[in-house]
Amino acid sequence: MQNKPQKNLNTTQRYHRSVVFTFMTVMIFPVLATLLYSLSQRWGATVLPDSLTFDWYLQLWQDARFLHAFGNSLLLVLGTLVLCTVVIVPTAFVVFYYFPKLDRWMNILILMQFAVPPVVSSVGLLQLYADGPIPMVGTPWVLVGCYFTIALPFIYRALATGLQGLNVRDLMDAAHLLGASTPAAFLAIILPNIRKGLMAALFLSMSFLLGEFVFANMLVGSRFETLNVYLYSVRGTSGHFTSAIVMSYFLFTLFVTWLASRLSR
Amino acid sequence: MNVISATVFADAVVSVKAKGQRFRHWRAVLILLPFVLLLTVFSLAPSAWLIVNSLKVDGDWSLANFSDILGSVFYRQAFGNSLWISVCSSLAGLALALVTAASLRRVDCTLRDITVAFTNMTANLSGVPLAFAFIIVMGTNGAVTLLLRKAGWLGGFDLYSQTGLILIYTYFQIPLALLLLYPAFDALEDDWQDSAALLGASRMTYWRCVGLPVLMPALLGTFVLLLANALGAYATAYALMSSNYNLVTIRISSLVVGDISLEPNLAAALSLMLTAMLVLVVLVNQYLLGKNHAK
Repeated sequence: MQNKPQKNLNTTQRYHRSVVFTFMTVMIFPVLATLLYSLSQRWGATVLPDSLTFDWYLQLWQDARFLHAFGNSLLLVLGTLVLCTVVIVPTAFVVFYYFPKLDRWMNILILMQFAVPPVVSSVGLLQLYADGPIPMVGTPWVLVGCYFTIALPFIYRALATGLQGLNVRDLMDAAHLLGASTPAAFLAIILPNIRKGLMAALFLSMSFLLGEFVFANMLVGSRFETLNVYLYSVRGTSGHFTSAIVMSYFLFTLFVTWLASRLSR
Repeated sequence: MNVISATVFADAVVSVKAKGQRFRHWRAVLILLPFVLLLTVFSLAPSAWLIVNSLKVDGDWSLANFSDILGSVFYRQAFGNSLWISVCSSLAGLALALVTAASLRRVDCTLRDITVAFTNMTANLSGVPLAFAFIIVMGTNGAVTLLLRKAGWLGGFDLYSQTGLILIYTYFQIPLALLLLYPAFDALEDDWQDSAALLGASRMTYWRCVGLPVLMPALLGTFVLLLANALGAYATAYALMSSNYNLVTIRISSLVVGDISLEPNLAAALSLMLTAMLVLVVLVNQYLLGKNHAK
């Protein structure tokens, strides 16, 4: 008697796979639709576009205002990340090595960042820094500071997780025993061990800082136009053109997020 | 808020004295200064301004800002709308993420890794670009809108409405919910379901009596975080509706950068009320996290 071939997947497994694929389909659908729209010559009141073209992208990447806005966003984000690295890395180390009790306070401060949305912070920032002794509103400097507060929770927690995994005190004691100074030991031993977590956090921060709109729109607006402020301001023009902007932003964000996940592996 | 800053320093100073190594540790304290300065300038000082000025009217101390808000049908509607959209999108996001997370535990490793990476990427799609993507898909002439209209299923759906906002908010809530819930499933042992089946329990009974109760702290913790995420959201609603839909965050921004009138003190009071709600949410989440660890 001939043996019947066994099923590769039982009913339960097929159900679980279909749930996961449905989830992915629903999530990717708006992105794919945007992509299709940005590649179509004309897409009127029909379900599918009339014809395909790359014209919108060519137009976009020759648009001086778009390139300027994109450059501004990159500059702001990179500046913020440099500031975060220079300030938060030493701070996290000092907290964990010298003042472990401060970690509890750091966590409270970090949690408070989540309880104060950007639109709320903007009210206080506008009143304090629109004029008076420190007139920052309208300049990119206020944005770098605000983006610092957005990125802080993610970067500090990534560093804290890394430092908790190390035995910082023992490592530093051993280094001192062998004649190293504290700064030298930090640079040679601690920094390499937390580098991977830090890089992942920086790229992750980059992906959502690029998408930041509230601070940029409320505090600076068109005086130092960022990508999302530019996108918002041209929303009334051709939908195809705005789709090309959205798609460029999506792809760049996906790339940066992918880098972050690669580094955290 | 500045009390926290002062306490941080007080704690540092106490630690310094306790260690008895003044020179080295004072240098360590100096390293904390840029951090404290940045946090104070960009986070604590604006918060302090909000607290003080929400209690002032024309330079005098007063609770009039708060009574104006509570007495206004307009502002009560803003809070009502914000809460309704937040609760609906958080519940929908949570339910969909729960089903997906449960299945994610059961699929093979390759598909699981791809999906988790994919979820990480989609978690960052929000704000202005997301609103535009939805306009393309489900706006007046969107592809899905046309399909639904042709099939006769469109009904009264309008993207530029409360229902539309709930839909978009649900979309950006799902990846966040999934990323928060997926690790929580580690609490469920695989053989519990087998044991329950041996004892005659149906799948429904297992989930009702074992699965969901075990996951409940994580579910509630995730729910309140989703709530905070939606309550504080501004860019998506603003990009979709401008100032035409009455949400707390839209009202706050209108009061300080609007075209009609600038009322920063009223904005401060409104901001403080929103922040109080969010602080409550954070505290509940922390309590639930603690409860989870206790098991």
